[in-house]
Amino acid sequence: MSGVDHGQDQEPLLALHDVHKRFGGLHAVNGISFAVATGSIKAVIGPNGAGKSTLFNLIAGNLPVSSGAITFRGQEIQGKKTHQIARLGMARTFQNIKLFHGMTALECVMVGRHVQSRSGFFAGLFNLPATWKEERAIRIRAMELLDFLQIADLAHVEASSLAFGQQRAVEMARALAAEPKLLLLDEPAAGLNIYETAEVARLIATIRDMGITVLLVEHDMSLVMDISDEIVVLSFGTKLAEDIPASIQKNAEVISIYLGENNED
Amino acid sequence: MVPRRFSSAFRMNFDLFFQYLVAGITYGSIYAIVAIGFNIIYNATGIINFAQGEFVMLGGMIAISLLEHLPLGYAIAAAVLVTMGIGAVIEILFIRWLKSPSVLQMIIITIGISILLRESALHIWGESIRSLPYFYGNEITTFTLGSVHVSPQVVWVIAACTVMMGGLSAFFKSMPIGREMRACAANRTAASLCGINIRNMVTLSFMLSAGIGALAGCVMSPMTYTQYDSGTSLAIKGFTVAILGGLGNSLAAVAAGILLGIVEAFSVSLVPLAFQDAIAIAILLLILFVRPHGIFGSSEMAHLQDF
Amino acid sequence: MRIRKNLSLAALCLATVGLHLLIVATGTQFYLTQLTMAAYYGLVVIGLGVLMGYAGQISLGHAGFFAIGGYLAAALTTRNLQPFQEALPVRMLDCLGLLATGQDIYGAALLTVTPWAACVLAVLAAALVALAIGVPVLKLKGHYLAMATLGFGTIVYRILLASAYFGEADGIVEVPAFPLLPAVGRFGPVVISGDADHRILNFYVAWGILILGIALLLNLIGSRVGRALRSLHSAEAAEASGIDTGRCKLQVFVLSAVYAATAGVLLTHFNGGIGPGEASVMKSVRYVALVAVGGMTNLWGTLIMGVGLTFLSLRGVFGAYDDVVFGAILIAVMLFAPGGVLSLRLKEFAYRLIPGGRS
Repeated sequence: MSGVDHGQDQEPLLALHDVHKRFGGLHAVNGISFAVATGSIKAVIGPNGAGKSTLFNLIAGNLPVSSGAITFRGQEIQGKKTHQIARLGMARTFQNIKLFHGMTALECVMVGRHVQSRSGFFAGLFNLPATWKEERAIRIRAMELLDFLQIADLAHVEASSLAFGQQRAVEMARALAAEPKLLLLDEPAAGLNIYETAEVARLIATIRDMGITVLLVEHDMSLVMDISDEIVVLSFGTKLAEDIPASIQKNAEVISIYLGENNED
Repeated sequence: MVPRRFSSAFRMNFDLFFQYLVAGITYGSIYAIVAIGFNIIYNATGIINFAQGEFVMLGGMIAISLLEHLPLGYAIAAAVLVTMGIGAVIEILFIRWLKSPSVLQMIIITIGISILLRESALHIWGESIRSLPYFYGNEITTFTLGSVHVSPQVVWVIAACTVMMGGLSAFFKSMPIGREMRACAANRTAASLCGINIRNMVTLSFMLSAGIGALAGCVMSPMTYTQYDSGTSLAIKGFTVAILGGLGNSLAAVAAGILLGIVEAFSVSLVPLAFQDAIAIAILLLILFVRPHGIFGSSEMAHLQDF
Repeated sequence: MRIRKNLSLAALCLATVGLHLLIVATGTQFYLTQLTMAAYYGLVVIGLGVLMGYAGQISLGHAGFFAIGGYLAAALTTRNLQPFQEALPVRMLDCLGLLATGQDIYGAALLTVTPWAACVLAVLAAALVALAIGVPVLKLKGHYLAMATLGFGTIVYRILLASAYFGEADGIVEVPAFPLLPAVGRFGPVVISGDADHRILNFYVAWGILILGIALLLNLIGSRVGRALRSLHSAEAAEASGIDTGRCKLQVFVLSAVYAATAGVLLTHFNGGIGPGEASVMKSVRYVALVAVGGMTNLWGTLIMGVGLTFLSLRGVFGAYDDVVFGAILIAVMLFAPGGVLSLRLKEFAYRLIPGGRS
């Protein structure tokens, strides 16, 4: 495992220190440590059951860690609730898309704007004029994002009736609406064809260029190798390697795992 | 079971203490049976049947009506069979053909069923309070145990509950169809792949649950009386016991039932009778808030359940 | 969106006036009483509708909140505080000018809380109870939530039934009228009471409050917090978007309790009393049934079905089968039209009824 220079002069945006997660007897995440540098794209790969999704759920606060520490923007976030972590500037998409039932695409994205707005319960109940301006701003920003993802024409269509790729785009827009510092993408190319996948790769690069750090879990090797600045390889809950894509591609251990998986298939 | 200092703290003499204990165990056995009724359907379907208490009421009412034409034993047997039939009809009419209903849907449907059963009972039997006669002797017949007087009906209740428990356990362990039901409870998809007809198993679970509820309703009727609306509070107590023991765990439900029965019996010396139901419900709320997986269950397991 | 909302509200206002005119034209003034009562029950139902439909939380204890409001208002405005004159809370109320003196039927001096103060206290109490109950209860889901709220409702019922202070099985009677607004110029005072002289006025007051109630809820649903509420069905995604789902549910739970308690207070003054039946589990189930028929996420449907069916029930249309009707409604709606009767597509309905038809 050759180390990578994380830029020691700058504190990483997200850092995991010896993170463990046990489910009863199963050690799903076993002492993982790595850091995500601000402004980079980092990918987590590994065969099925390697603990990638569990790791995401630990970072996002959906599951409590068994031991270890996770720091985000200099704060320890293990033990914090998901919505608190989201408020700190972390947004995510889900592997099996989770949009809001009964809402239009635009409304879904407007929900993503929640952390960037503050009208309260009573302001809403009495429809205070103070909320009108904010509502307008939320709507405009949400439209801009739909436009950015090239689905502005679908703004008023019920999100759950959209095609798969379009739903992915809505979810991405919702995550971006929060103006996150860190964007977690859970298999953003799953279920997409090669053209759509290439589109997603360009999109992720653009998002990084906008100043948003990206951490993604992905199966599609071409996508990962193309856009990642660094890759972490997991196997059975442990970190096997962490390196730049070119080195990962040459790593004998990593190759054996993926070949091994293919043999089982 | 109950620490000695408990009795001395309330300056209760031993006889009174023993009376309360017997009453607690008696009522507790009935709560346990109602709880097991909940568990059987829950295990087979993941549904909490809010009409469970109505099965108990129906058992008692039907037996009382049949008593005009049949001897006591036959009347009870017939009442149990009729209630089982009602259970089957309910399942076939309202539940069998639903495709993946939501939990909310099932709650509302079973509540609706409980209202229909209760109101039908009101129209058939009226508001009068009825009861079966004592199975042996009458309300003043007692036999003495040491220095304590115990009604023979207590023995009937405890014996009936024990036999039911034993019968159910034998049914689920040894009978092929009982084993199929357990397979359904463990993993519905896998059971279906093994060629078990899940829908029939669900119907069967409603029949079983209705049957044991009806039997409980019969044995308790001489002591607690039966009225068209006596199901609701029994259902809440039975549910309390089912939760206390951990949903789906019938052995623990017996222990939990007797525990609740005893707590309730002793609470009579502390709070007015009118508030007695409130005690059981307060216990229910407390458990739901503090340990929703039951006092015997594990929280890891509870995470897997939908609550 | 906003235009549609305002148009609908205007239509409801017109419908209210139209209803009155229809009643005058047909000479059926006696309907006004039940229409007034139905409007108050409608308030409970729309509050519960937002809780069930948007926040996705079932409550089988809303009759409890209705009863807390109604009973506290009744007790505070009828029970004599003379013997407790020296107690601190009573002295505080006195200092604030919130006590009223009068005479009971035997001519003895009577010291009670004024209806306005009683109303505020009663609704506040219901809100506090909802807050205290809501924190642990709303952590539960599905069956557990249903049983816990059912348990809460039953406890309220049992306590009312067993307390002499709340009149046990008889409830509280002789609740005075509620002077809502004083007389201004040529306009007489606005009083909530069942008195025949105030019948038309009370019809408009009740429907006005109902319209205000639904207007506020529509505001809420269309707002930022409302969007958060509607996202609660996919809790994981809502949390990931920074929404505190627990807090959201609690806010709606308390709001719906406030609606129920307000309706309880006003209806108690209108009826001149309240009985323990208002707190019974069957009442709570009935509110759930009305929400279900109207369609869980259809506030207008909930309003129309809630007020309509309650009116029919109060008129005694269902006779001795009143509860049966609501039980049957619950089952039928859940089996055939989980989205509410108004969302029903009749073709699909027909397919489901014909065995072997396309499902």
